Amino acid sequence: MSVLESLVGETQLEFHRPWPRAIVGSADWLRAISDLSAGHYELVAQWGESAAVHLALRSRSDNDLAILTLECPDGKFPSVARLHPPALRLERTIRDLHGLEPDGLDDTRPWVDHGRWGVRHPLGARQATNDGGTLYNFLPATGESLHEIGVGPVHAGIIEPGFFLFRANGEAVVRLEERLGYVHRGIEQLMIGASLDHAIRLAGRVSGDSTVAYAFAFARAAEGALDIKVPVRAAWLRAMMAEWERIANHLGDFGAICNDASFAIMQAQCAILREKVLRCCAACFGHRMMRDGITVGGVAADIDSNAISLCSRLVLEIAQRLPRLFELYDKTASLQDRTVGAGVLRCELAAQYACGGFVGRASGRRFDARKAHVFGPYDQFVFEVPVLNEGDVNARVSIRIREIEQSLSIIRQILDRLPPGPVVISSAKQDGSREGAALVEGFRGDIFAWMRIAAGKVEHCHLRDPSWFQWPLLEAAIEGNIVADFPLCNKSFNCSYAGHDL
Amino acid sequence: MRRLLLESFRGAITEAPPPCDDAMIEELARNLDRRTRAKLGRSLAIRHVDAGSCNGCELEIHALGNAYYDLERFGLRFVASPRHADVLLVTGPVTRNMREALERTYAATPDPKWVIAAGDCAANGGLFAGSYACIGAVSAVIPVDLHIPGCPPSPMHLLQGLIALLSSAVEPKA
Repeated sequence: MSVLESLVGETQLEFHRPWPRAIVGSADWLRAISDLSAGHYELVAQWGESAAVHLALRSRSDNDLAILTLECPDGKFPSVARLHPPALRLERTIRDLHGLEPDGLDDTRPWVDHGRWGVRHPLGARQATNDGGTLYNFLPATGESLHEIGVGPVHAGIIEPGFFLFRANGEAVVRLEERLGYVHRGIEQLMIGASLDHAIRLAGRVSGDSTVAYAFAFARAAEGALDIKVPVRAAWLRAMMAEWERIANHLGDFGAICNDASFAIMQAQCAILREKVLRCCAACFGHRMMRDGITVGGVAADIDSNAISLCSRLVLEIAQRLPRLFELYDKTASLQDRTVGAGVLRCELAAQYACGGFVGRASGRRFDARKAHVFGPYDQFVFEVPVLNEGDVNARVSIRIREIEQSLSIIRQILDRLPPGPVVISSAKQDGSREGAALVEGFRGDIFAWMRIAAGKVEHCHLRDPSWFQWPLLEAAIEGNIVADFPLCNKSFNCSYAGHDL
Repeated sequence: MRRLLLESFRGAITEAPPPCDDAMIEELARNLDRRTRAKLGRSLAIRHVDAGSCNGCELEIHALGNAYYDLERFGLRFVASPRHADVLLVTGPVTRNMREALERTYAATPDPKWVIAAGDCAANGGLFAGSYACIGAVSAVIPVDLHIPGCPPSPMHLLQGLIALLSSAVEPKA
């Protein structure tokens, strides 16, 4: 029996797929938190409902996953972050949205609620308030000769909004503190009562660069809840879309990181390849970013033999060009001077935060949802999960290049062996309330989706972006680096604002 | 190595400029008077503001700089500060948390200035309309001169809108 099984025990809910969910008492909740902080589990997600808090945990020993629920009729629950800091921003958000109080939480500053909604606790007992905004108390930094640099929320490039407060001693960053929440759109509330068709379109607009991965995660959670078996061809096409999305983002960011180190020619080269990928996706899947290409039960459209030859040619072209671009990156001393040793994320921190994606895998983490929670069709493909331990900008770049190679290989395997058959299955009406969860590996890391469906409508849906466990680590990685290296380090993490703010 | 650097650029891969969209020209003709058109000139500095976008629009705005669309050949360029800008290119369903930042960016942009709302969210809130956290249309917060639809608008559509803005300046319609 695994560690988690002993926690969820006999109290599992009947309709929750594929992992168990159990309502636990406060003694088990406290035991879970203590085991979590001792490193037996990893924190996958934590979210609220009107009178309950959910905690998704993964066992470090066997990747087993389970969801614990603590009912909190008196509006309080024992804080997880009190012992396990990675939960801090999640709990501040639960306070903001649901009005549930994490007992023992030191940092009770609002997180996504900037005092501008005209309502408090929009997902709990709503209270009307004024919308004039509240002052945010940044954490103190004291010492000789410190100066402050505030940046945002409107940044200098074409990027998303957020606020960064740097405290620097000369050029060296002493403390960076992020303030996020500017792009909070209230998606969790918009999901409530939505049809599955509408809700999956919302999911595809959580984070535009991961539109496929989010729709994929949503669809898998819904299909889990409704016991839908997706046709094999549809599953393979989904994987192809997900891998193209990974390649497009990795290519774009590889160029952009080099551009932040003033090596603009790489940006120009990578942008051409990225554009080719987007055009290929538009031709094959009807949209440059493949938005709304995944539906509950399958995919929106099949591809034909033209699309297959188009994809094959592009796979070949990228496979030929990429090694030469990487060689150029690797042999340009001025570029290496910027990326090697910059923005180091220590392996222990990445492990504590269960940091996903290339950020985690450049700091010693082996986790990749495609391998750890094998889901179809990834069990059919041969691929590797590259891992490095250096944790610097260079390691994150190198991992992404290796990941492009692996994705190209997966697409090649799909093109060679794409099974025939239908690409969508209609869902049978299911009675009662049913729940499902899913973890899908987006380009940035593992996206967690959980939902409860009743009478064909979403009753509640929670989507957790990988950035929740990456943003706090950026604050740690930048410490001691020079302020001028922040754009480079930041781009090498490329956390999502929209996915985080939801 | 030098050969590698240049080989992608041999022969033009740059797209021919897209034709102007009549609907866009009409919207601009309504919104720009003759005097402002004369001042607009042939070169525009654009400041992008993400007011709650999912980041999809930003990716396509970024693509305007690649060798296929090569925005700068039209005299259009992105600038880092609203103080240097002629045009604000706004995306997203204007979240309540971004409203003040958008208003302040608009106030910081010197006159004469124009606002383009790019994407379906910026036009009417898109799928986020009605949320407690969003205001919706950009035009509910600052005056908008041109809408470019799409989710997200493709780089070609964005280019069409921007070129429409330029050509209304050069060839004002009666």
